[in-house]
Amino acid sequence: MTYIGKSVKRVEDKRFITGKGNYTDDIVLPGMLHAFILRSPHAHARINSIDISEAEKAEGVVKIYTGKDIAESGVGGIPTGWQVNFKNGDTMKEPPHPILVTDKVLHVGDNIACVIAETKQQAKDASELIEVDYELLDAVSNPRDAAADGAPLVHDDAPNNICFDWELGNPKEEVDAALEGAHHITKLELRNQRVVPNAIEPRCAIGQYEDSTGKYTLYTTSQNPHLTRLLMTAFVLGIPEHKVRVVAPDVGGGFGSKIYHYAEEAMMIWASQRIGRPIKWTSDRSEAFMTDAHGRDHVTTAEMGFDKDGKIVGLRVNTHANLGAYLSTFAPAVPTWLHGTLLQGVYTTPKIHIDLVATFTHTTPVDAYRGAGRPEATYLLERLMDTAALEMDMDPTELRFKNFIPAFDGVEQEGYTTQVALQYDSGNYETVFKRALEMVDYDNFRKEQEEARKNGKYLGIGFSTYIEACGIAPSAVVGALGARAGLYEVGQVRVQPTGKVSVFTGAHSHGQGHETTFAQVVADRFGIPLEDVEIIHGDSDSVAFGMGTYGSRSLAVGGSAIVKSIDKIIEKGNKIAAHKLEASEDDIEFAEGKWTVKGTDKSIGFGDVALTAYVPHDYPEGVEPGLDFSSFYDPANFTYPNGAHIAVVEVDKDTGKVTLKRFIAVDDVGNVINPMIVDGQIHGGLAQGIGQALHEGAIYDDFGQLVNASYMDYTMPRADDLPSFEIDRIETPCPHNPLGVKGAGEAGAIGSTPAVVNAVMDALRPHGIKNLEMPLTPERVWQAMQS
Amino acid sequence: MIPAKFDYERAGSVDEALTMLAQHGDSAKILAGGHSLIPAMKLRLNQPGVLIDIGRIKELRYIKDGGDHVAIGAGATHDDILNSDHFGGGLEMWTEAAGMIGDPQVRHKGTLGGSIAHADPAADWPAVLLASDATIVVKGSGGQREIASSDFFTGFYMTDLQDGELILEIRVPKPPAGSKSSYQKFMQPASRFAIVGCAAVITMDGGSCSRARVGMTGVADGPYRATNVEDALTGKSLDEGAVESACADAAEGQSVMSDHFASEGYREHLARVYAKRAVMAAS
Repeated sequence: MTYIGKSVKRVEDKRFITGKGNYTDDIVLPGMLHAFILRSPHAHARINSIDISEAEKAEGVVKIYTGKDIAESGVGGIPTGWQVNFKNGDTMKEPPHPILVTDKVLHVGDNIACVIAETKQQAKDASELIEVDYELLDAVSNPRDAAADGAPLVHDDAPNNICFDWELGNPKEEVDAALEGAHHITKLELRNQRVVPNAIEPRCAIGQYEDSTGKYTLYTTSQNPHLTRLLMTAFVLGIPEHKVRVVAPDVGGGFGSKIYHYAEEAMMIWASQRIGRPIKWTSDRSEAFMTDAHGRDHVTTAEMGFDKDGKIVGLRVNTHANLGAYLSTFAPAVPTWLHGTLLQGVYTTPKIHIDLVATFTHTTPVDAYRGAGRPEATYLLERLMDTAALEMDMDPTELRFKNFIPAFDGVEQEGYTTQVALQYDSGNYETVFKRALEMVDYDNFRKEQEEARKNGKYLGIGFSTYIEACGIAPSAVVGALGARAGLYEVGQVRVQPTGKVSVFTGAHSHGQGHETTFAQVVADRFGIPLEDVEIIHGDSDSVAFGMGTYGSRSLAVGGSAIVKSIDKIIEKGNKIAAHKLEASEDDIEFAEGKWTVKGTDKSIGFGDVALTAYVPHDYPEGVEPGLDFSSFYDPANFTYPNGAHIAVVEVDKDTGKVTLKRFIAVDDVGNVINPMIVDGQIHGGLAQGIGQALHEGAIYDDFGQLVNASYMDYTMPRADDLPSFEIDRIETPCPHNPLGVKGAGEAGAIGSTPAVVNAVMDALRPHGIKNLEMPLTPERVWQAMQS
Repeated sequence: MIPAKFDYERAGSVDEALTMLAQHGDSAKILAGGHSLIPAMKLRLNQPGVLIDIGRIKELRYIKDGGDHVAIGAGATHDDILNSDHFGGGLEMWTEAAGMIGDPQVRHKGTLGGSIAHADPAADWPAVLLASDATIVVKGSGGQREIASSDFFTGFYMTDLQDGELILEIRVPKPPAGSKSSYQKFMQPASRFAIVGCAAVITMDGGSCSRARVGMTGVADGPYRATNVEDALTGKSLDEGAVESACADAAEGQSVMSDHFASEGYREHLARVYAKRAVMAAS
């Protein structure tokens, strides 16, 4: 009975595709009220007054709260889970992030008032009667402009809007010297534009307070309910953690945006306690555009130096990262420890230095979005590589082969220590790239491209050989880097008396298919049918603890925690089996669902041992009844998935429209438990990465207005924008976790973006165009072709 | 995403709908497929006091051969047109355009009458109606009248439809023998409306173009017939060079729109490219 490596159909899909999923907004509690949050239409304004008197009289209104009510109740603002220090050692600027603002709004969508009424419509209607007197102020949205002298200030106590500056790598002088002596330097000015996460299910929160027990329940669209509980109870509301249950039921996607603790969650709990009735808030799509934490938004100058043979001699990066108006939960970690640390890429670059300035702007907060920092690092590295090849008149594939880190398995050969604080676990970068080149039939492509150019058609090919750090993370390491939480995971395995198994995991599933993949692992290890395993997640009352799902960590960290508990169960089973089989424990072995006395046919099945553990009449001395173990797994290292992505595009010379003709992705995500689910993860990631290259991007105007905050204006990639993906995998096991897995959730979004942009630049080579800003919209490409 | 409060009435017949319209006056809006109106209401950009639902009036939903014309009921959906076999002999662009509107769900709900009444400057149908010399039959308390499509579209979300009037039918004359048509569209990638849409009907007679009709949408604040292009095509043999030079003025004299998908200059350029593509496909 082996499930690992098989494309088992997803057990969760029956309820999803038959409309039987249970999402937060599906939950209706007796006596439930509805909340509407009045939001700022302005990017930056002083609030002279808020008049709620007419709104309070409106039909169905129960209560209207403003920032004054929140401030007077003494509750705190939304906290940040990661601290980064200035280069000089000063702590970062951490301005207040109120649940409802009092005197100033700092971005379009900022929270002003909470209207609570009997129906959603009444709450919305009443909100239109609130009179806010604004005094408009200048706004800034670009992270580099924000740091300039004289830029409008977001927070008075953060001069030049700087939250922190930061550096990583070799001493700057060494990198400067390396570039000084370089035969060739490629320099690019890059904008990794801001994207909106766009999970299919908008956020939703229900707060419920039971006066008789003093217990609170928060139902919320969260990727990590326990962390939300911890932040909300200890840092925001000051209510006892053990009296609060947080449930994240079925959640329709997150891509990072549902990691964070949001004001609306605390608002619903706070208000439900005051009013004594449950209260629901559901975001609409327009609010999601304005208030779900955005991703990316870097302005970068990157320089890479090469010797005359094309070997990289140094990399110098200068980046301004946009944090938005407030610090979201993990915002400081993204441009620093999830970005700067990846600048080694898959190359032997001997000297690397990054200087980074993180700034506040009058925009929606920015935090982790699928890939989080690693796509930004990959984008600059891979754009530099293809551009350098062009400038040095070398083939971009040849340039990569000259610079790859040689293969190492992390067992026989040591892990690879980078110049930027990481030790890669195992890698086979050259093999991965060769496989991708084989699939695209590179030599033939260049001939086809040449022919096409003669006929006035512009074909292009682009490459990206990426690496990422996943499976976050060793707690002690991230603690040293400023994390205010551990990043272990919890897995509890309860074998029921009948031998059926309930598994409780802190890794929340919101599209990843944990209920299937995790069950495959458990069923295989126990040698029992998949149907005998149930995966339970998302409820702080049933799951002991958890750090949640993000950073492609669920299987590598959460799965490993489950394996630890499985091992404990088998070990206890050894004792019970030895007793029942009247053998020494040393002679007992477990395989295929039964304990056997080595070299004999004497055995006892999984179910019999389970029953014995719960009906311990004939039982080994000194062994506790029951068969239920919980484990915390704290990884020894990050995992390092990597891969090679190749895009083939055609540019319409009349319109500038880019058509993606082929996309090849060869990824090494370590061992694979369910190939179909990994394929799905890769596909989804590719769609988002390609979306960023060609279509997506939040646009702020000079007044700080988010001008494309709807699906009529913000281009999401659609199925008909994408070719059938050609994907394959190389499996190099991760040497430091029991499953040998590296993580697959973000790979597609990390590798694909520069491959597409590189392909378009390759197509435009006859026009002498080397660099264009994303997204590569038809007009942007066409205008470049005209000049 | 929560509309303001409104009342709802369902009309069982055209006459009943007209009575309701007369009764409610300005506060009423006609609801057909709802695929423009409902989103606008959800954003509270449109807050009608009462919706008069004509979506189930069977007498408005038909496509039939009227001899020298094809008659399309205002309630015919985009999908009805897409799957109709009435659009041959120079009217192929009708099915072509229908297939480029939204997605199957939208096409099964949205109606031709609703689309033209809404008169979105980036909608597809207005270009097709103009290139077809279609007539719009409307009825109100003052009786029934016919409006030429060139008089019907009067500007940015504006038509010649008067208060209390309802669109009954769109009459599409059959073009002369030897005609072919095409609708070509450069889509706005998010909404899939037209950044530029061009409908062309070309009639060839002995190797040269004897009649040309070119309707444009998306380019300006309202749809228009590119008569200068039509004139330049007429009498020519339509090789690529001739068509390209005839289409050079496809946006001439228009107040060209600009947005973050297409600046004025780029839109003008696209108007030329798509006029050429439509004419080439129709010749």
